[in-house]
Amino acid sequence: MTITFLILAAVTIAGMAAAMGLRNLIHCVLALTLGFVGLAALYLQLNAQFVGFTQILVYIGGVAILAVFAIMTTQSAEPVAHPGSAAYWITGSAVAAGVFAVLAWAICGSGTHARALPAQIDVPAQQIGFALMRSYVLPLEIMGLLLTVALIGAVVVATPVRKGEL
Amino acid sequence: MMTRVQMVDQIFVIAKHSLLAHVPAMWQPLCSAVLSVVPVMIVFPLLFAITTILERKGLARQQNRFGPNRVGPCGILQPIADGVKSLTKEDIVPRSADQMVHLLAPLLLVTAAFLGYAVLPIGRNMVITDMNGGVLFFFAISSLVELAVFMAGWSSRSKYSLFGAMRAIAQMISYEVPLVLAAIVVIMAAGTLSTVSIVNLQASYTGIFPHWFVFTPWGFTGFALFMIAATAESNRSPFDLPEGESEIIAGYYIEYSGFKFALFFLGEYLGMMATSAMAITLFLGGWSAPFSFLTWIPSYVWFFAKLVALICGFIWIRGTLPRLRMDQLMNFSWKFILPMTLLNIIAAGVWRFMPGGPLRWLVCSALIAGPFIVLGRATSWQGKGVAVRKYRYAE
Amino acid sequence: MSPLSSYLLLSALLFSIGLAGALSRRSAILVLIGIELMLNAANLNLIAFWRYGPRPEVLTGVMFAVFSITVAAAEAAVGLGLILAMYRHSKSTDLDQMTSMRG
Repeated sequence: MTITFLILAAVTIAGMAAAMGLRNLIHCVLALTLGFVGLAALYLQLNAQFVGFTQILVYIGGVAILAVFAIMTTQSAEPVAHPGSAAYWITGSAVAAGVFAVLAWAICGSGTHARALPAQIDVPAQQIGFALMRSYVLPLEIMGLLLTVALIGAVVVATPVRKGEL
Repeated sequence: MMTRVQMVDQIFVIAKHSLLAHVPAMWQPLCSAVLSVVPVMIVFPLLFAITTILERKGLARQQNRFGPNRVGPCGILQPIADGVKSLTKEDIVPRSADQMVHLLAPLLLVTAAFLGYAVLPIGRNMVITDMNGGVLFFFAISSLVELAVFMAGWSSRSKYSLFGAMRAIAQMISYEVPLVLAAIVVIMAAGTLSTVSIVNLQASYTGIFPHWFVFTPWGFTGFALFMIAATAESNRSPFDLPEGESEIIAGYYIEYSGFKFALFFLGEYLGMMATSAMAITLFLGGWSAPFSFLTWIPSYVWFFAKLVALICGFIWIRGTLPRLRMDQLMNFSWKFILPMTLLNIIAAGVWRFMPGGPLRWLVCSALIAGPFIVLGRATSWQGKGVAVRKYRYAE
Repeated sequence: MSPLSSYLLLSALLFSIGLAGALSRRSAILVLIGIELMLNAANLNLIAFWRYGPRPEVLTGVMFAVFSITVAAAEAAVGLGLILAMYRHSKSTDLDQMTSMRG
């Protein structure tokens, strides 16, 4: 539990909690971006450079911008999100606290803090390329198919109907 | 021992090592990092100042007028006057603006712009950090700029700035895909994502000619596509509709004044210089000399010479071409630039697996030039025939 | 507590924050953001196990995380398209008003 990990964990948790709790939708998305940056830094801490940079490129450069566009297009006036009534929050928080309790009990009760941990290895990007083209070529092709289907599907779903409604 | 030429070439590295020797061992990593970063943070804003005066004088001469010529001999000290002006101007924030986001947007922009310089090799052995995934890091950081643009446009709570921000983000997203695809050709050819390795691969010579990637058909096309996409990514003319001065006044930074406006300006130009520097690293051989008999000139001199040449190219294009409309811009990106980058990747693959010789050159050039002509005609006619223009003069 | 346990606890905490948000917020976009958060927490778990696992040179964790990021991005795109269609139909993204199956 080094000091770097504690700072990054604090930043990530603060960002994600703010993303779920703030009133203004745009502020939620910006706090989510902060959480993504914290997560990318944690991936870099874990020596997964490729995943860390892909996280920034895809999530911040893609998903966050997409969320912002969706908020802009679906707001009539000011982007204010009702926080929901108190009953929702109590139930939701209770369920989430229960899930966290079960997970924490499983983690602390397992043998993960008793084993010896391996040393760091360096993963050159070429190894990832080889892995993608040799062992993981079928998932790669299926990902291509999935992305094409998702792209076409999102355009079809979001296109306005020509006649009838405006 | 080093020859005198090598000593001049490595003078900054030698200076840094000799300064570090005086520092106690515990502080050495921190001081090493500081000594690497501070020169970059001084040199590139200086280059930004030189670029502003170069641009104003260059544009002025293209438009048949003098540029600024009051401050200093031939107006050379104009950036100092501009700096003093922007530092002392009143910082006006609209009352209905979102204060926190309004403040953070230029900071995020400048931070993202500066972070991109961390992986660019400025000279032999002169890079801030040699990352395994350097090129990927650069493109990931430049995607932070889009978010900063949105924050600036939305937080000002003004219709002009929101329009400008939405247009700017749509343009940046549309041109980010061809930018990355044009860079992927180089990564395919070099087999590595590390910028230092890519430059080292280009720094060898056959006869007197260098092995720069721009001297191959796919490299030349890739360079051209990369520079077009880079112009659009930095919102420079002819792609500067989001900040078109004659249309929506200043687009997403319309409500900013004083120091924050200067930060936006700085961030935009730094981004332009960083992308040019990445183009130099990927295609133009980084710090290597163009001919083998010119290697006695230090490597950092070549890097900055190429950078200034590319910046002059940007200024030249700004003064020459008219602005593209939004739909023309998007059509250009998705229907022309993107298919050309994909064809370029195929051409680079063909180049890699064919035996060397004139046939390889012919096949790859035909693979790129044929669709270029076909696509160019298909996207420019837009269904209407090209008619002879009839002029009507006032009677 | 070993580094692996601390990463797993952090990922469990992020997952439960995302779950709380997805269950409690009324705006459809925030529910989607909560789902993205849960996917991110799972990614962190994958990378932590890859790093501290028995054979990191096989790259299973990295591959799994990259594919997970891809699928999450595709799902966010489709989900936000659905939200756009929903807004166009009923002029609001409030999930409490989506109570009937009738169009």
